[in-house]
Amino acid sequence: MAEFFQYVINGLSQGGTYALVALGYTMVFGILQLINFAHGEVYMLGAFTGLYTLRFFGARIVEFYSFVLHVGADQTSTAAAVMTAITVILISMVTCALVGYFVERLAYRPLRTSPRINLLITAVGVSLFFQYSGQLIFGSSPQPYPDLFENLESWTFGADENLLVINPLQVFVFATAITLMLILRHVIFHTRLGRAMRAVSFNHELASLMGIPTNRIITATFMIGSSLAGAAGVMVGMTYPKVEPLMGSLPGLKAFCAAVLGGIGNVTGAVLGSFILGLAEAFLSGYGAPTYKDALAFAILILILLVKPSGLLGVHRTEKV
Amino acid sequence: MTPVKNEIVLSLKDVSVFYGIIQGLHNVSFDVHKGDIVTLVGANGAGKSTTLRAISGLVKPKTGQINFKGQNIVGVPAHEIVSRGLCQAPEGRGIFLNLSVAENMDLGAWAAPDKEAYQANMDQGFQLFPRLKERRNQLAGTLSGGEQQMLAIARALMSQPEVLLLDEPSLGLAPQIIEKIFEIIMDINKSGVTILLVEQNALQALQIAHHGIVFETGVIKTQGIAADLLRSDEIRKAYLGD
Ligand SMILES: Nc1ncnc2c1ncn2[C@@H]1O[C@H](COP(=O)(O)OP(=O)(O)OP(=O)(O)O)[C@@H](O)[C@H]1O
Ligand SMILES: [Mg+2]
Repeated sequence: MAEFFQYVINGLSQGGTYALVALGYTMVFGILQLINFAHGEVYMLGAFTGLYTLRFFGARIVEFYSFVLHVGADQTSTAAAVMTAITVILISMVTCALVGYFVERLAYRPLRTSPRINLLITAVGVSLFFQYSGQLIFGSSPQPYPDLFENLESWTFGADENLLVINPLQVFVFATAITLMLILRHVIFHTRLGRAMRAVSFNHELASLMGIPTNRIITATFMIGSSLAGAAGVMVGMTYPKVEPLMGSLPGLKAFCAAVLGGIGNVTGAVLGSFILGLAEAFLSGYGAPTYKDALAFAILILILLVKPSGLLGVHRTEKV
Repeated sequence: MTPVKNEIVLSLKDVSVFYGIIQGLHNVSFDVHKGDIVTLVGANGAGKSTTLRAISGLVKPKTGQINFKGQNIVGVPAHEIVSRGLCQAPEGRGIFLNLSVAENMDLGAWAAPDKEAYQANMDQGFQLFPRLKERRNQLAGTLSGGEQQMLAIARALMSQPEVLLLDEPSLGLAPQIIEKIFEIIMDINKSGVTILLVEQNALQALQIAHHGIVFETGVIKTQGIAADLLRSDEIRKAYLGD
């Protein structure tokens, strides 16, 4: 039984990071009908932003928070570690938002009226550009991520076969992912920007007839999606704890599969698909077949395309005449 | 004797539009005076929607000028034209089916110059179309055809337009509802909004319009005072089914 819960916890934590990446795919697809293959690389850049921030400023940020939050040695270290992690995530989100801004402005916007295939090829090009310039700049060998949470004890429940270990990092990752998703949900469904995003994804021309500056809304969508990928990059770096310039391609593809599973273009679907994938992977590796873990996402992709191509929550738009 | 006209708010001069090699409009010129209802009539494919699309900045004319309040707006992005006071309720209603009624109305106010008037405009829309008020939180996709058209008009009014372009507001609606829509168009016009109305339903449109323009395959066949067009034998034969 404890084993089962262990896999659930692993799956939820993993699913949370998939979801943050999948949301970017699905939002950009919703608004431009573009599969942004460079999205996995934005996640990689997020991880590296976190890495360098931690490497060069980590100690100082921890010191700062320890000073500001001084409340007894123990809590100080926990609280300071958590606050530092949040700060690094925010820095990475801002950086990735800027990356998203430039990718959209420089690579995709000039092709706004070109055939979709040109856009797709460009997306692959941007992805390769980041992978190889990443290797040039960061080096191709995996680099260790500073462990902010090394002093934090895992929570254990039960003993022996019934031992359940909850790692504070996993809890942090899950909680952060959920928080970001709730904020995104609020933005999409309860703000004017979100309303405009939904309007533009329904029909660009119509949105512009309302006076909505569609290009700016598209840029904002890229920036939001990219910032979420940046947050995921930092959290995966902290979890695994090595990063390298090609790290974005497999999780990127998996998150894409999760988005298709949920119904591409649908934000709730992307989250659902991601948690299903995260849990399925955790159970598959837990109950005996860890070697097939990385193939699972693609098996699910093929299956969903055969059975229900629009995805679990896919929308069929019915237009009234 | 023609009555004294207000100033010209919108004017097209020799506007030609191409879709690839197909020419949609040939040297179209006309003026719209402030406070008027001007109607564009003509058969399918005559270029009525293309004219409205060119004015709204959705297609760029290859030649010619479109002056709105004295400024050439050719090349101005569509969203900016709305904020200058010219709004279009496009063909086929064009509402956001994935958004609620209230959300559609809210987006209509995106470019409204007077943010203070937001609630008043919303109330005015609901007063014109009480059914929309009842359905304010319903998805626009669940509205009936007539209600969708009402929403398209109410939403366009949220932008506080000086000139309102309406593309076939009566399309596919039952006669009583058409009647109602035309009444409301007249009310909107009386409140001071200049209206450019595209209609297949030429007879009804000319009855409420001050000025009529007859299109045929991308050119203006004839234009004049609506009442005169209604009396002209030639027009009656060709467009009013006499
Ligand atoms: N996007 C387009 N691409 C190519 N040709 C087009 C396009 N839009 C319109 N046309 C052509 O331009 C001409 C004018 O079309 P337009 O839509 O303006 O006609 P309309 O008068 O509005 O007709 P209807 O009453 O059927 O709406 C038609 O011959 C049409 O086929
Ligand atoms: Mg038309």
